[in-house]
Amino acid sequence: MPIVEIVFYLFSAVLVVSALSVVTSGNPIYSVLFLVLAFFSAACIWMLLEAEFLAIVLVLVYVGAVMVLFLFVVMMLDVNVTPMKEGFARYLPVGLLVALAMAAQMFMVIWTRGLETQPLPDPRPADYSHTRELGEWLFTHYIYAFEIAAVILLVAIIAAISLTHRRRPGTRYQDPAEQVKIRRQERVRLVKMPSERTGEG
Amino acid sequence: MLTLAHFLTLGALLFCISVAGIFLNRKNVLILLMCIELMLLAVNINFVAFSRFLDNMDGQVFVFFILTVAAAEAAIGLAILVVLFRNRSSISVEDIADLKG
Repeated sequence: MPIVEIVFYLFSAVLVVSALSVVTSGNPIYSVLFLVLAFFSAACIWMLLEAEFLAIVLVLVYVGAVMVLFLFVVMMLDVNVTPMKEGFARYLPVGLLVALAMAAQMFMVIWTRGLETQPLPDPRPADYSHTRELGEWLFTHYIYAFEIAAVILLVAIIAAISLTHRRRPGTRYQDPAEQVKIRRQERVRLVKMPSERTGEG
Repeated sequence: MLTLAHFLTLGALLFCISVAGIFLNRKNVLILLMCIELMLLAVNINFVAFSRFLDNMDGQVFVFFILTVAAAEAAIGLAILVVLFRNRSSISVEDIADLKG
């Protein structure tokens, strides 16, 4: 069996098992850690598909930022784990039924339309730069979408801060408007007084 | 021999697992958010696979934008979750039923 297939099956197995563990572990901290493993394996499969830049972005942005954010929230919320499994058995039949039905439908489409005869294309030449190619597409054909993505990130920052920000009573804040509005006359008072001679010698 | 169908099967499996996860984890909104991230990952795997097999860059540009929007969605979702926990001391889906008739 060629190395490409071994790599594919290995990382696919890790990916599916860790996804199952995310769903069934019940403990949010374990779920986050299994999700990190899932993203790592997905990044390796993207490497196999020669999408190197996206694989690195997945690890940096997802594992490095989003998952750490999840982990922070898990630890901040301090949820007790014991009642997490409640309702698990009650919803198990319907969940399994829906998932199996969806899987059957998707497999029927995937394995009967000639997609299973399309082989993996030949590897690209060694001097081919995926990052350069992606950048050229991003900054020419998709430049407006790129700008909109930037605006979406800005909106997300502002929304997240304004949602979680709260003013506690009793804390002191700076008011820049008041600070700028202040006049010299309100703060400085010049006092006229006769000069005094002190400390002879 | 690896074919396009192998990669699409992987994406489909991941998507179904996360759909089942949304049904199963009724006690924890946090795990629901993780299931949504997993769904987006499954879709991204499909996009990357099609992009490679059809030798077309559009799919990977789309993955780039999906990653951006998913990061924004995770940030806002977690912010809402923190506010919810502050007000209710609970993140169970069953406790958030105020709009139920």
